[in-house]
Amino acid sequence: MWQRFFLMVLLCTAGTSWAEVGGDAENGEALFRQCRGCHQIGEGARDRIGPHLNNIFDRPAGVAEDYRYSEGMQRAASGGLIWTYDTLDDFIENPRRLVSKTRMSFRGFDDQKDRDDLLAYLRQFSASPGNIPEAAPTAAAVDHEVAPEVLAIIGDPAYGEYLSGECTSCHQASGATDGIPAITNWPAEDFVVVMHAYKDGVRAHPVMQMMAGRLSNEEIAALAAYFESIE
Amino acid sequence: MTYNRRTFLGSAALTAGLLAAPMVRAQGKPRVVIIGGGAGGATAARYIAKDSEGAIDVTLVEPTRTYYTCFFSNLYLGGYRDMQSLGHSYGTLAADYGINVVHDWAVGVDRDAKTVTLAGGASLPYDRLILSPGIDFVDGAVEGWDLSSQNAMPHAYKGGSQTELLKAQIMAMPQGGTYAMVAPPNPYRCPPGPYERISMVAHTLKEANPTAKILIADPKEKFSKQGLFEEGWNDHYAGMIERVGPDFGGADVSVDPTAMTLSIDGDVNNVDVCNVIPAMKAGRIAEIAGITEGNWAPVNAADMSSKMDANIHVLGDAAAQGDMPKSGFSANSQAKVCANAVRGALTGSTVFPARFANTCWSLINTEDGVKVGATYEATEEKIAKVDGFISQTGESDDLRAATYQESVGWYDGIVADMFG
Repeated sequence: MWQRFFLMVLLCTAGTSWAEVGGDAENGEALFRQCRGCHQIGEGARDRIGPHLNNIFDRPAGVAEDYRYSEGMQRAASGGLIWTYDTLDDFIENPRRLVSKTRMSFRGFDDQKDRDDLLAYLRQFSASPGNIPEAAPTAAAVDHEVAPEVLAIIGDPAYGEYLSGECTSCHQASGATDGIPAITNWPAEDFVVVMHAYKDGVRAHPVMQMMAGRLSNEEIAALAAYFESIE
Repeated sequence: MTYNRRTFLGSAALTAGLLAAPMVRAQGKPRVVIIGGGAGGATAARYIAKDSEGAIDVTLVEPTRTYYTCFFSNLYLGGYRDMQSLGHSYGTLAADYGINVVHDWAVGVDRDAKTVTLAGGASLPYDRLILSPGIDFVDGAVEGWDLSSQNAMPHAYKGGSQTELLKAQIMAMPQGGTYAMVAPPNPYRCPPGPYERISMVAHTLKEANPTAKILIADPKEKFSKQGLFEEGWNDHYAGMIERVGPDFGGADVSVDPTAMTLSIDGDVNNVDVCNVIPAMKAGRIAEIAGITEGNWAPVNAADMSSKMDANIHVLGDAAAQGDMPKSGFSANSQAKVCANAVRGALTGSTVFPARFANTCWSLINTEDGVKVGATYEATEEKIAKVDGFISQTGESDDLRAATYQESVGWYDGIVADMFG
């Protein structure tokens, strides 16, 4: 929980340009052993369980030829996800947080340094990666005081039920999923994190960015409480 | 304040008992009558019945037993949906929500006695009346056309038999024939609708009748999603579609349903299909109730109540509310705000602030979907736009396909929200 909460605060306060600069590629190569079971990289790399990772930097998501992506990844790709330092960092921290229903079953690297090291390694196999973003000046001075209030808000499910009318014009209350994903019975915390990711423009989808954009922290908590509760 | 559902309802019931008694009738439950079972009326009926949990007596008056949605009817013209997939029954609203569904026409409203008269002769008393009658057509809007001509020249702007008639006429066109559309002036139901229809007709003709022509007489300078449609028409249906705007007489039209001609600025065109979409007004019952001003019924944004009668609410196409387009999505959104307010007024339940949203998807060709949407808030004056977006020209095929898939998901979502 604290990990997530920390990430969310960073997203809120510093946009997306907050990753540390310059990891250790050697250590990254060692860490990549955890990825090698599914992903190949370097000369002759091919798609295996996961797509190959040559030239992954600045590549749109979901474009490796002949690789069969999960519906979740296809959805993220059609929403405009591009693999940059920031989005890759976000993804390898917790793949399912960025791309729900991705088939990448990896718990993620919690440690920012591990992620920086791994990305420094992967970056060597991309022909012209974008510059590593410099840490935003505010990133080091995250306001830890604000964050507990956001995640600790106890949502009012009755208000959430009213607000849910805006969701159920598209998302079915029955949990049916066809063209539009189900949003029922998510853990409240995941719901809150995802909605903030839309609100802050980290997740790409114009309708959801618009809908989440005008929800207050309390309203997001209320919706999370309601959708977690319904049968 | 935090409360769970049970204490919430308990306190609401208590409050209603103590404070709201004068608002309800001496005996029995408060009564809500809803006229029109489309995106506005069916949604309002379902939400009031569901959320009041039996505390309000809900009657829904709708003449058709199977409701064919107007939204997605263009996809039937394009061959992407069959008619059956657009039809919905009111069985679940009656069986699972306890709504009294009456299949009849409302022909009179007595605002003093607070009763609605039905064509069948019955009289329905109400504490609150919700009108969601959709649209009717302005008499004499297109010279030479009236409702008696709708078989020769269909409008197909209400779902069901008119849509099927238009499709049959398109399929019966001679090779190289002409499909003509008289497009409506603003404001009208579903702003991108006529142009999505042109796309779908073009798609059907391209396969069945590739030398056919499409002619549009349009009184409007500009139209919804124009850049997106024109890009798509160039890409998919090059040379097939001609649109005559007001600069070249698109507003100066007359038709002859017997001779099957369409005159634009005095030039007579022989056509094989003539889809006349006349200027629109609120469904007739709004006028009968005496709550219209011009062609539409003005409402207060906070609760969709009529500006002329606090006991009547108006939803969807019939309402003059401000910035929202007339669409099924808008009606569905307004219905939920209205349901919350009506329930609060009749039972004392909490009334939350109004908030509205709309998204309209359109299909241009197979897997080529686009969308436009916005959020809205209630101001003293009107429903006012807050934020919005629109699809861009030049989007990738994948994004367009995803947008179309999303629209299919939305259809299932909104009909579940309307009919349960």
